[in-house]
Amino acid sequence: MKWDRKTSGKIFESLCRGMTIMAALVLFLVLGRIFFEGYQVITWEFLTADPVEGMTRGGIFPAIFGTVAVTMLMLIMALPLGVGAAIYLVEYAGDGKAARIIRAAVNNLAGVPSIVFGLFGVGFFVLFVGRNLDAVLGRGLIFGQPAMLWAAATLAVLTLPVVIVTTEEALRAIPLSLREGAYALGATRWQVIRGVVLPQALPGILTGAILSVSRGAGETAPILFTGAAYFLPRLPVAESPWLGIPMINPLDQFMELAYHIFIMATQSTNPTETLPIQYGTTLVLVALTFLLNLTAIAMRFVSRRAVVRR
Amino acid sequence: MSIANSIASQKDSKATDTMNPLSEVTRRHEDISVSVDTSKAGSASLQKARRVSLTETLAEVFFKVNGYIAIALLGLIFIFLFKEGFKSLLEISPGAFFGHWTLDFDDNKVFRYLWQPVGDNPKLSFVPLLTGSFLIAFPATLIASVVGVLSGIYLSELAPPNVREAVKPIIEFLAGVPSVVIGFLCLTTFATFLQGVTGSHFRLNAFVAAIGVSIIVVPIITSLTEEAIRAVPDDLREAAYGLGATRWEVISRVLLPAGVSGISASIILGMGRALGETMIVMMAAGNAALVTLNPLSSVRTMTATIAGELGAAAEGSLEYHVLFLVGAVLFTITFFLNLAAETVIGRMRKKLKL
Repeated sequence: MKWDRKTSGKIFESLCRGMTIMAALVLFLVLGRIFFEGYQVITWEFLTADPVEGMTRGGIFPAIFGTVAVTMLMLIMALPLGVGAAIYLVEYAGDGKAARIIRAAVNNLAGVPSIVFGLFGVGFFVLFVGRNLDAVLGRGLIFGQPAMLWAAATLAVLTLPVVIVTTEEALRAIPLSLREGAYALGATRWQVIRGVVLPQALPGILTGAILSVSRGAGETAPILFTGAAYFLPRLPVAESPWLGIPMINPLDQFMELAYHIFIMATQSTNPTETLPIQYGTTLVLVALTFLLNLTAIAMRFVSRRAVVRR
Repeated sequence: MSIANSIASQKDSKATDTMNPLSEVTRRHEDISVSVDTSKAGSASLQKARRVSLTETLAEVFFKVNGYIAIALLGLIFIFLFKEGFKSLLEISPGAFFGHWTLDFDDNKVFRYLWQPVGDNPKLSFVPLLTGSFLIAFPATLIASVVGVLSGIYLSELAPPNVREAVKPIIEFLAGVPSVVIGFLCLTTFATFLQGVTGSHFRLNAFVAAIGVSIIVVPIITSLTEEAIRAVPDDLREAAYGLGATRWEVISRVLLPAGVSGISASIILGMGRALGETMIVMMAAGNAALVTLNPLSSVRTMTATIAGELGAAAEGSLEYHVLFLVGAVLFTITFFLNLAAETVIGRMRKKLKL
């Protein structure tokens, strides 16, 4: 009887351990495979040159450029909105009914399939907002077509929950005593937020920003129809009408790493011949998201320790 | 991002006890400022107080608007999916989404479930897309549940602290791998390997995609299971150990029953994620719209159908509207799965009085 209890326990425990090892092993297999297939392709030229000869040779610079540009544009839209919403939730709404509904909406938004965001991007941003802007401006088709602006907006909706949740976490980690101290000195609520809460929460907010960039850079489905292009002979850059210097043109289409992998692997003319390029692109994308996640984890670690020390 | 989701729900539990004193403080503070405003002070300081209260109001309104935009976005997604999707119902009868009658080679009347949206006489049965989606999502969730729940138990109860600190980031990293990367590896490497093992007729099939999708789902289930088990109060553990239970008995008789709502919520969320996964299934499932229950057959999911066909569908055409309707169906399913998971988590929190 006693032997039985111990054996079943042991079997169960080693099963649990085995499954954990397996999950970890999958990550190493995935990363290892990508690294060993991809690293031979990675040269300075691969990272900085344009694709040539029908994308069978050359580099992936436009895709790297497009990924950075679209995620930055996404961050400009998602960060203020997400941080503002989180401040409202933590500093104003408390546990009231409004906060509960907003939290439920945010949780639900986080669970919406990425392709649904793609549909929404086409239906709302490109066709509704874009076309109506064009109709108002009356200068022909400018906004009502797939563009980096709309891809970034779609990605911003998708990563909004990431920003809100991490910012909320950061705001909550600030000790109540700091707020109370400021209130005791006669500060108003907005002064407390601006002078005490936001500076303290800054590392946490940056963590959220990095996580959302990592998330946005890896998404493919939302940008399929909202602005990503298979191949562009030029960078999405135009001379700024105000400053007279070249700047990212958000009304242009763009190439993107994740989309590049997808399109090269499934729809290019000769997917087997370009396999090394695909692995190289995958390695660049994975390295990018990996480094971003690593930075986020390190920052979270540091900021938590800082809070404890206080 | 269901991980974010899970983090949110976990943080909520911690939040409830810190929030109440905070709102208490701010409420008291408001009382004070009100009393300052009503006191008859000099006109200069009154003006200053007015300016301060204007800034305060503006700030509050600004943050409130930001908060409500999250609700508005969810509402807009709902409206725009259904607005475009329902236009297809004006063009064809709802029965066409189920299947159509036709004559086979021997002139017998047969009912067919076909997805052939292009052509003069499009066949628009949702049946192959639904079976395709579930034929991938069910096995994927099953595999991910076994791996995720067991590794969650290991991380919360069995692993030494230093192992836990090392393994948790690894699982988090797994959640951060872009799905297109998993899909790419399934397509180029894993599908060939699996075909060698199973000897299946289709190199790309539902099972390949299910394994790929389960990689994405495992981190969700692992981290939520871990949190659910850790949330069980220590008194329960100690009482069980005090009665002479072994570690396995404590886990199976005390912790798992106590954490069952959290674990089932994680599985429901994982299921929603598996149904909504696009890139992996599009690259690894073969995309043949077959009605089948054979996991080694090539299938076409709702997500892959939208992703593969919207680019080619003319704006405002029947196919275009039908694809939005597919999106609306998908949105509805995942919406209710998310809602169910949230309800279950809420119930758990009440039960454990967190």
